[in-house]
Amino acid sequence: MDTRIDFYPTHQQQGYKLRPGRAFPFGATLVPGGVNFAICSRHATSCTLVLFEKGAPAPLAEISFPDSFRVGNTWCMVVFDLDYERIEYGYRMDGPCDPAAGHRFDRSKILLDPYAKAIGGREVWGEPPDWNDPYPHRARLIFEDFDWEDDRPLEKPLEDLVIYELHTRSFTRHPSAGVKHPGTYAGLMAKIPYLKELGINCVELMPIFEFDEFENSRPNPVTGETMYNYWGYSTVGFFAPKTGYAATGPFGMQVDEFKNLVKELHRNGIEVLLDVVFNHTAEGNEQGPTLSFRGIDNQTYYMLTPEGYYFNFSGCGNTLNCNNPVVRMMVLDCLRYWAAEYHIDGFRFDLAAILGRDPWGAPLSNPPLLESLAFDPILAKCKLIAEAWDAGGLYQVGSFPAYGRWAEWNGKYRDDIRRFLKGDEGMVPVLAERIQGSPDLYGWNKRGPTASINFITCHDGFTLYDQFAYNDKHNEANGEQNRDGGNDNHSWNCGVEGETDDPEVNALRRRMIKNALAILLMSHGVPMILMGDEVGRTKRGNNNTYCHDNDLNWFDWTLLERNADLFNFTRQMIALRETHALLRARDFFGTGPTQSDIIWHGTQAWNADWSPGSRTLAFMLRERQAGQGGNTSPVLYMALNSYWDALPFELPELPINYRWHLFANTALPTPHDIYEPGHEAPLEQFQHSFLVGGRSIVILIGHP
Amino acid sequence: MAFSANLEMVDSEARITLDGELDAAVAEQFRQAIEQAAQQKPQKLVLFMNTLSFMASAGLRVLVFAKQRMGSEVAVYVIGATGPVLNTLQMSGFHQAVYIQENYP
Repeated sequence: MDTRIDFYPTHQQQGYKLRPGRAFPFGATLVPGGVNFAICSRHATSCTLVLFEKGAPAPLAEISFPDSFRVGNTWCMVVFDLDYERIEYGYRMDGPCDPAAGHRFDRSKILLDPYAKAIGGREVWGEPPDWNDPYPHRARLIFEDFDWEDDRPLEKPLEDLVIYELHTRSFTRHPSAGVKHPGTYAGLMAKIPYLKELGINCVELMPIFEFDEFENSRPNPVTGETMYNYWGYSTVGFFAPKTGYAATGPFGMQVDEFKNLVKELHRNGIEVLLDVVFNHTAEGNEQGPTLSFRGIDNQTYYMLTPEGYYFNFSGCGNTLNCNNPVVRMMVLDCLRYWAAEYHIDGFRFDLAAILGRDPWGAPLSNPPLLESLAFDPILAKCKLIAEAWDAGGLYQVGSFPAYGRWAEWNGKYRDDIRRFLKGDEGMVPVLAERIQGSPDLYGWNKRGPTASINFITCHDGFTLYDQFAYNDKHNEANGEQNRDGGNDNHSWNCGVEGETDDPEVNALRRRMIKNALAILLMSHGVPMILMGDEVGRTKRGNNNTYCHDNDLNWFDWTLLERNADLFNFTRQMIALRETHALLRARDFFGTGPTQSDIIWHGTQAWNADWSPGSRTLAFMLRERQAGQGGNTSPVLYMALNSYWDALPFELPELPINYRWHLFANTALPTPHDIYEPGHEAPLEQFQHSFLVGGRSIVILIGHP
Repeated sequence: MAFSANLEMVDSEARITLDGELDAAVAEQFRQAIEQAAQQKPQKLVLFMNTLSFMASAGLRVLVFAKQRMGSEVAVYVIGATGPVLNTLQMSGFHQAVYIQENYP
């Protein structure tokens, strides 16, 4: 690094050479000969930089920012000749402690830089920390010298994605994973061939920003096992990857390991979405620890009641004040950093409705943060996906401020498909909407099917197997007397609650899982599969496993052998989606440049039964010119029967020379349940009618 | 364990033998060896790691520096890395930037 002639120390304190720093960028930045530290606080009266030797209990030095080093509300200072690799840093902030006025300054606390790019203190997952450490989460410096070669975000069209939601630790922590570094980024990297074989082209990683697994940790009242903040929906540092997820965390190489994972996923054609949690922080409510924001500028960072208490729209004790301009800038800086420096392809925003509330909690019609994210030039190609509700009752599925950019986790898709599958009445009309990408939700404001992230299961709630094995949640292991977790599961146990040896029940469950996967992957919109649903993963009826570091969350890889038919079914359904552009529409039928049609049928061709008592629907997808003028494009037909008995479905007539071929029939046992796209079984006898089994789905392909 | 980084020029090859534990405290020694090697304008940089037992982030940073300092024309070989050192190179992705071999002629 060249040393500029005008970049010289001007001050000295305790032997450290200093000069006024640069106000931008915030955080700690390596500059010629030193490190530039910049941090802002509107209400602090003074600021001190606290330096530690890595891991040392007591500070190495405390350097107060001279008054002349302050620019506006930003303290900035260059410290020369620091050994980047060996120090950790934090801040002390002085200011009023007047909770009623929103101020909670406490000079005795050492505070984490909100812009810290690497954080020590939890290097090895689950290793009990020193509870007396005055600075438990320690900011570290990083080099941004990773060799990306030619890697860049993949920028796949949203309609082409098949998203796979996974938890980094859970994916490979189970002993059956057979990886060298279980539960880590490196472990996940070792399983890329599996993801490729399945056919997914996008992973959505549950939180990987630094969090504290020991937040609210406690012994399980039943087993004595430690229960953690396992899922990580409680951020300590927004700019730092979770160190405890890195096999190289103890060596300080979590940044390299995570970047290498992203690079390898990209090399294999898999995009990376991050589940980001900007609705609250790990500091909790008034009783929570002071780690960072609370001590830096409580009134700026948090939504506060007029009495100075924390609003709790997140259900987690506090609410980040995202539409305060300073916080908004931090969120924007954070996402830009992950997009630019980590090549992240997009973000899913946890409880995103909160991001549209004003500092007093009222929903905004034009939320500045959401608009800024939508139009930001660095995030321009990133996927932006909202969990369009919050714990304060704001539900915005279909109405989330989108600015032509935002997609939504479609909670209505989840609920409606579940209800149709279990046989509820009156679901056929909404089923038709969901299959088309929910034009009832996203058509009115010119959003397309890609606004809808379709899912039937996600980390919250039952797995797909449990969806058909349990009527009720069984969350006793969480130690909250089964009070936690949702009660609106719309699940059906197929006749027996929980595990059973009854082969008929088990066969039905298997069929129901396939039905669900078939609908998900035949629907317009963007499908998302929960980790392990492709092999029948169970959480034993627990629908809120946020705290378990055990096989309630871990992916049991022996399921891959035991449920090979489910894996194959999922793989072929994904392959079908990949094969037929008809399934990956960017526009709703009848809008945009689309030249394809959807035609509704029922047990009678051309005559769908939309009545409240109906439990059947069929539809045909085709290019408008199929079968005409040499156009031999295939026709897709799907018959859905959630009635309990088999029903004959009259098949619509095909163009001349076309014949129906069977792609999938969930009523049949493997290997006759599904075929490889392009190798479907010709139907010799059933060109005009097909008997669809009770609670079964059939997919036919018509081609010459 | 004490660390050493010994540079030897063999024809147009710079050979550096690393021994011991490469952490932040000793990374500067390694960096200086790389600097000295670079001044010889070698056609190849060969790093012998048979007796290197540990490498922290600071060591990886010097490896990245070495790759950049030498330029794209100079092939970098890592010889004899095993155990945690090899793991580190693989997990950080650095193994893709160099030639990793068990032995060197």
